[in-house]
Amino acid sequence: MKNRSLVAIEEYSKEKILYMLEMAKEFEKRPNRKLLDSKIVATLFFEPSTRTRLSFETAANRLGAKVIGFTDPKVTSSSKGETLKDTILMVSNYADVIVMRHYLEGAARYASEIAPVPIVNAGDGANQHPSQTMLDLYSIYKTQGTLENLNIYMVGDLKYGRTVHSLLMAMRHFNPTFHFIAPDELKMPDEYKLFCQKHNIKYFEHREFNENVIADADILYMTRVQRERFTDLMEYERVKNVYILHNDMLCKTKDNLRILHPLPRVNEISYDVDDNPKAYFIQQAQNGLYAREAIICDVLGITLDDVRNDK
Amino acid sequence: MTENKTELQVAAIENGTVIDHIPSDKLFKVVSLLGIEKMDNNVTIGFNLESKKLGKKGIIKIAGKFFEEEEINRISLVAPNAHINVIRNYEIVEKKTISIPDKMVGIVKCNNPKCITNNEPMTTIFTLTDREKGILKCHYCEKEQNKNNIEVL
Ligand SMILES: [Zn+2]
Repeated sequence: MKNRSLVAIEEYSKEKILYMLEMAKEFEKRPNRKLLDSKIVATLFFEPSTRTRLSFETAANRLGAKVIGFTDPKVTSSSKGETLKDTILMVSNYADVIVMRHYLEGAARYASEIAPVPIVNAGDGANQHPSQTMLDLYSIYKTQGTLENLNIYMVGDLKYGRTVHSLLMAMRHFNPTFHFIAPDELKMPDEYKLFCQKHNIKYFEHREFNENVIADADILYMTRVQRERFTDLMEYERVKNVYILHNDMLCKTKDNLRILHPLPRVNEISYDVDDNPKAYFIQQAQNGLYAREAIICDVLGITLDDVRNDK
Repeated sequence: MTENKTELQVAAIENGTVIDHIPSDKLFKVVSLLGIEKMDNNVTIGFNLESKKLGKKGIIKIAGKFFEEEEINRISLVAPNAHINVIRNYEIVEKKTISIPDKMVGIVKCNNPKCITNNEPMTTIFTLTDREKGILKCHYCEKEQNKNNIEVL
């Protein structure tokens, strides 16, 4: 049987992305289903991530599945030196699908190669986090009505932010125009700019972040500028307040603009933005539920038709 | 063509493969990458022989063994400039060149300490993403690394 695991967003073709968005849309219409009535979903969090775990567990529960798992690696045997392989094979005896988060990069890929059941990668170190990308794509699709020909502005830490890198790569199918707004030390790495060139994607780089720069945006994707990312702390002091979004900066923006953020935010979006109808980051997180319901169903072989025909 | 003089620092073979111009400090790595210690063939190994180009070099002569390209390419990262001479009836009948294979299984150590391969008893897999620049990519953590600063297992 073909391995249906989801390890990296690059595994999805354009058609598959659109298909998964349609499925998420069905779950948004009616999140509570009995599709996974007799199934067991394991959530193995070798590294704590409350937000992601709650979202996956809610998705599993709303589909009617039972959830087993752990969230604190200290209580499991992996801290006693058990290999990942043994843990995965042991849990495969009980569960129909494994959702896993791991602090080591490549852990989900490896698990997907050894496990008899599908693996859903809920984050492996700084590497991949495909369900985050799917919820970002769903949020864009839902608020703009399309993924095609959009002006996407990415702001803040574009060097280490894996969510912006994954989103950039997934958007390659949809003819976007990117604007990268970042301090010098956290600029978009060359490999992603080369990626854009290779795929004929237009991009512009900015150091300034103000109402004029973002006036043309359809999507403003904010990320946090963290102190520990800087080698030059003087530089951090200079830029730390530059990449904060304030409500008055939205005065010239388009009506269809929506502001996304992978959460949690600290201070990079000021609280006066929250009541602006263009603020979308809380609904964005809720979209994660629908995107994850779709992902869990898909790896278990449940199709869009199955979901549509489920009454 | 007959085997040249430096090769005669160790005994000639009738049929088989001669791997010459191996940097001396990489000789035993080459031996293990090719699995020579597990072979039943008659093998002659020369270590710390004199070489104009390398100063000290190693040479391996394996009687009755003819390598597939895939096998010999295993040593491409440690001895990229080694000469592979195929010997039949005491004569060199073919000189093979070594190139980095597109996929390397169990050869390279990932230089990312947070990679699963460095924390779990498992086999590494690397793919060559840029032949010209010598860029390898770890199949697991997806980090790209240059062949000049990688460690061979
Ligand atoms: Zn690696």
